[in-house]
Amino acid sequence: MKIVVGMRQLADLVEELEVADSGVDIDRDFVKFVSNEWDEAALEEALLIKEQVGGEVVVVALDEPDVDQTLYSAIAKGADRAVKIVGVEEGWTPTRLRAQLLAKYLESEGDWDAFFTGVQAADDLDGQLAGLIGASLGVAHAAVVSKAEPEGPALRITQELGGGTLAESVAEGKVVLGVQAGRQAPRYAPITRIRQAMSSTTIESFEAPEVELGPGPKVRKLYPPESKGQATMLEGDPVEVAEKIVEIIRTKGLVR
Amino acid sequence: MSNEVLVINERVQGEIPDLTFELIGKGRELAQALGGSVSVAMIGDLSSLDAFGGADKVYTVEHPVFGSGYSAQAWEEAVAEVVAVARPKVVLFGTGTIGIDLAGSIAYREKAPLASYVVDLKVEGSDVVAVSQLYGGKLLAESLLEGETVVATVIAGSFPSEAGRSGGSPEVVSVAAPKSLDSLTLRPVAVKEPEKSGVDITAADLLVSVGRGVGSQANIEMLQELADALKVPLSASRPVIDQGWLPKPHQVGKSGKKVKPKVYLAFGISGAPEHLEGMRSSELIIACNTDPKAPIFEVAHYGTTLDLFDLVPEILEKLEA
Amino acid sequence: MWIDAVVETRKIFGGETSLEKLIFYVLAFVTLLVFFTGLIRRIKKYRSGRKLTGWNFRGGKAKGIEEVTEPPSHVRSLVDVATNKTIARRKPSVGMAHLLMFWGFIGLFLATTILSLDYDVYGNITRIFFGKERSFFKGWFYLTYNFIFNMAGVAALLGAALLYMRRIFSKEKELDYERAYKPEGGYKRVKMALGDHVFVGGLLLIIVTGFLIQGLRIDGSNFPSFEKWTFVGYLIGETWKAVGVSPALAREIHPTLWWIHVLMALAFVAYIPFSKALHILSSPANLALRNPATTRVLPPSPPDHIGYRELRDFTEKDLVGLDACTKCGRCHGVCPARTVGAPLSPRDLILDLRQWVDRSTKNPMILDWEERPDGSGPHNTEGRLAGDVIWERTLWSCTTCMACVEICPVGIEHVPLIVQLRRSLVDEGVMDPTLQSALQNIASQGNSFGKSARMRARWVKSLDFPVPDARKEHVEYLWFLGDFASFDERLVEISRTFAKVLNAAGISFGILYEAERNAGNDVRRAGEEGLFEMLVEENMKAFSSASFDKIITTDPHSFNTLRNEYPAFGLSAPVMHYSELLAQLLYQGDKVSLSKLTKQVTYHDPCYLGRYNRIFDAPRAVISGLGCDLVEMPRHRDNSFCCGAGGGRIWMDDSFLNERPSENRMREAASLGVDYFVVACPKDYAMFSDAVKTTGNEGKIAVVDIVELFYEAMMADQLVAVSGSSLSSEAFESQEGQ
Repeated sequence: MKIVVGMRQLADLVEELEVADSGVDIDRDFVKFVSNEWDEAALEEALLIKEQVGGEVVVVALDEPDVDQTLYSAIAKGADRAVKIVGVEEGWTPTRLRAQLLAKYLESEGDWDAFFTGVQAADDLDGQLAGLIGASLGVAHAAVVSKAEPEGPALRITQELGGGTLAESVAEGKVVLGVQAGRQAPRYAPITRIRQAMSSTTIESFEAPEVELGPGPKVRKLYPPESKGQATMLEGDPVEVAEKIVEIIRTKGLVR
Repeated sequence: MSNEVLVINERVQGEIPDLTFELIGKGRELAQALGGSVSVAMIGDLSSLDAFGGADKVYTVEHPVFGSGYSAQAWEEAVAEVVAVARPKVVLFGTGTIGIDLAGSIAYREKAPLASYVVDLKVEGSDVVAVSQLYGGKLLAESLLEGETVVATVIAGSFPSEAGRSGGSPEVVSVAAPKSLDSLTLRPVAVKEPEKSGVDITAADLLVSVGRGVGSQANIEMLQELADALKVPLSASRPVIDQGWLPKPHQVGKSGKKVKPKVYLAFGISGAPEHLEGMRSSELIIACNTDPKAPIFEVAHYGTTLDLFDLVPEILEKLEA
Repeated sequence: MWIDAVVETRKIFGGETSLEKLIFYVLAFVTLLVFFTGLIRRIKKYRSGRKLTGWNFRGGKAKGIEEVTEPPSHVRSLVDVATNKTIARRKPSVGMAHLLMFWGFIGLFLATTILSLDYDVYGNITRIFFGKERSFFKGWFYLTYNFIFNMAGVAALLGAALLYMRRIFSKEKELDYERAYKPEGGYKRVKMALGDHVFVGGLLLIIVTGFLIQGLRIDGSNFPSFEKWTFVGYLIGETWKAVGVSPALAREIHPTLWWIHVLMALAFVAYIPFSKALHILSSPANLALRNPATTRVLPPSPPDHIGYRELRDFTEKDLVGLDACTKCGRCHGVCPARTVGAPLSPRDLILDLRQWVDRSTKNPMILDWEERPDGSGPHNTEGRLAGDVIWERTLWSCTTCMACVEICPVGIEHVPLIVQLRRSLVDEGVMDPTLQSALQNIASQGNSFGKSARMRARWVKSLDFPVPDARKEHVEYLWFLGDFASFDERLVEISRTFAKVLNAAGISFGILYEAERNAGNDVRRAGEEGLFEMLVEENMKAFSSASFDKIITTDPHSFNTLRNEYPAFGLSAPVMHYSELLAQLLYQGDKVSLSKLTKQVTYHDPCYLGRYNRIFDAPRAVISGLGCDLVEMPRHRDNSFCCGAGGGRIWMDDSFLNERPSENRMREAASLGVDYFVVACPKDYAMFSDAVKTTGNEGKIAVVDIVELFYEAMMADQLVAVSGSSLSSEAFESQEGQ
């Protein structure tokens, strides 16, 4: 089974994100970019399938800050090839553009069986990648996938419907999946292996073709939420605060 | 072209989710501003049709394939068919599995703009303005959706659901199932209810809930002690479940359970939108998190930035006293 | 026919026929053949080990540090072996018994050698060259010989008997062969215990029969008066006589008993290379080969892959070390992981590895091994070394506190072996999920907290004076904070306190702000060597962008790697621990004035400060210099008990333990009835603050950082100074007197 895994870089959410002067994007200059955590889950699921039934795992990403680190780390974990889509304008790339570029790449790659990517990303304002790629390729897709298991040439897919309800479906033929969580937590890529990957692997380049970007939301402003300050902060040392909390629970009649 | 607002009912089986009523309520507001009507798309399971008094029209799509479970492809084809029939101005999804599954592909097929993670919507002239929660709730984006049809996925709990429940008797329009449903490459197989376990966090009046801030499984014991002392179940946010520190039935949030206790005690929970979705309708929320900027304080009624390791033993002591 | 009354001597053989003599020589020859074959096979095994090349320790030269960072000189090794110093440590009576046995048997071995030299060598040479056999085994030589070696026999007998009694009757957990990690399929260590009995019991029998035949010979030769020099033999001869053994009967029994004695002795010699007795050779060899620096400056992986996976990865020293183990169990006794119920005992680890090596090289001991009905663990020569032979959880349980290396009487270095095995696990990505996320955080943001690297110096904001940026201006002290002192909410307050002290003392200091990265000490010890190297590169880049004279840190873990490991990557600046600077401030110059504190305190030696870097006195000098009454815990200085945080353990799950090491330690401290539990390590502060609560000692004892204590004395003095008193100079005078 040949699985292509779409990965991407994202501002590390541990950073204090600031809005750029333009008012419609974050200030990207001083932010650390890291791999999207759901993409890592997608990669893990793809690697598990490869370990089960053999095949190939190709990781592909747009050229974004520190993306090489993510791609080499994927190689270190067991991916066979890494591809970087170059020539894309820097900044906040709409998911639809991302999807169209990846679709072009997938068309050029041709013989793939499944495309996995993270279920979502913290900045995918104009939609989640899997559905958009599925639609632009005319291929079946499913998101919020928690399990993808090979069944002969097909894939049995488990999706979470919320509240713990699970939906199972079987994909015969090409499929695009947005992975929520793999069967196991993403594996660790030892730095030594990442460095080995750097010296032994060449990241392939795929020149971004011209695409006509479809309609999308026009961002008018980006701003931190007003702190409603709704919560009344309980002041004092632990003993005092504990007393207040117990008192609140008590007035609700939940403790004697 | 109509000025219809089409709400996609996100039910595969069981009860109609609150979220659908939230969307109908908000849809009515938008429809009034646009001078149009509100409709609901009902796919597969057509039971409780009479619940949609808040809408003007209900589109139904029936096909044997929906009897075998859920397939994103089947739903996509059906919803696309309803959209083709209704030609709505606005399509509203929830940010649940179905919304994430379908909103992108429907928008792509309709060449319509889409805004995700929406917490607020309004009409501006003939356009729709959406406010979306990005970067885990750290930033909000206000964006303009222009076009004949626009799509939005709305985060649960953003709007009141009561407005969507009001009476009335909608017109039922049966939409012919598209042929594509007969030749799916993504076949539904089964829908599985969650495993029943001893704990039922949805039934408790008081919940002790724990998040990533607890640090390790060992520390969960301390919270378990507190829960035991209060004789209530321990619940948790997704990171705690993903680490395997607590089993899945304990999870509160989008991919876990939705809870509405009288008091929700949140320890070390930062308050990602997915978590807030599952607990924001609790009567009273008390949050303990060392980060004063944590979004949990936005929904909490009481808060403290004390270290939970300092606080919990004190609460225990107070309870034992 | 027996006695030559004129010359004080005896016949070498006791009336045996020449056939018997022949048999003896054949047997002796066979014995030596077996012994040397066994020994050569062992040595071949060692030689098959990897040879270390191109790696040398280059570290600081603090007082007393040489002892633990330089390989011992041959003279020192010889003295250590000769005095049994390492055995007597913390257990003087055992050391004394062993010393008796050790020198006793060296004496007896010399006795036999001398006899053989006289009879087999001198006798034969003289017969061939002079036609007549000569002997020096007579006259005063004979008398002295008998006297001295009778003493040796007594010493050996006494030592062996004492040790054997301890072996049988002692209830010490060190001698209990119960495993810390109990394999699912069960295990039996009967043969290990049997090996001990055969070894010590056999030696006892050999000595006893030796004395018995000496008595028979003296009885049989009618007690010549010069044999009184052979005082034990003479006494036993008289006993033989007293129980009715006439000289004639004695002459009759003698050959039989002699054969028993000789056969046992020969069998023992042949048995040495295949048993616990091997330690007679392997333990001194290992003591001579030991290099304490190895634990402080971890060795690199084998050249062709990461960590230890197969037999050829072990160095010669590793292999000798495994064979040197006598199962004395001292590491087992002190190990914090074992103490709190973790599945790790350094002793079991070494024994498992030894058995695995022996089975892999088809060179097993006769006894002295563990049975596993399911063929698991060390019997599994096909499985993964880290994972199957040694359980993963066992390897992850180590806090790298070095208590085992410190106390091992034969110089085994457990910690580097554990790290090598961890490396192979990390390379396969096998680890605790919490450790994984810590390592990922360190890789992406340079700190284990997963906070933004830019937030590293946020703690300085609330200070009312600026903290210089060492990258922008020259400072005397570059303060390297480490992750905990930078990010932990409880610890940044202590960082601020230290900054206030430095500021008040007018010391030129600065920090690296967001350029500092986790120093990597525990990353390296968790087995993530690649990440360690990356961190070193990043920190070295930060150092080279800064201008400073010395590095100072409050974190003993950072201190260890900066001081001992970074020099190999080009760091040449001296590295200091803040307790050393506080001691300097207290005793040298008048930069700060301090009032006396009258508190009863105890002090916890951080592993990486004390055992690793021999800084025991500076913190104690500060504590007593501040006027506190220092009450030592039973386990202190080099015997300090780890808080459980080291070696990456702080990032791992500890919920499966019976108690946390920090709780065990806190109970020890609480029993002293002191006010403060003084620490000199950020991780200690975090661990013990929790332990005070979880052991229910809140309000009874408070965890205090040494700089908080210092600051308290400083502030108290300022208050006093305002009110016009001058207690401070008085306080200072009395400090000087100390």
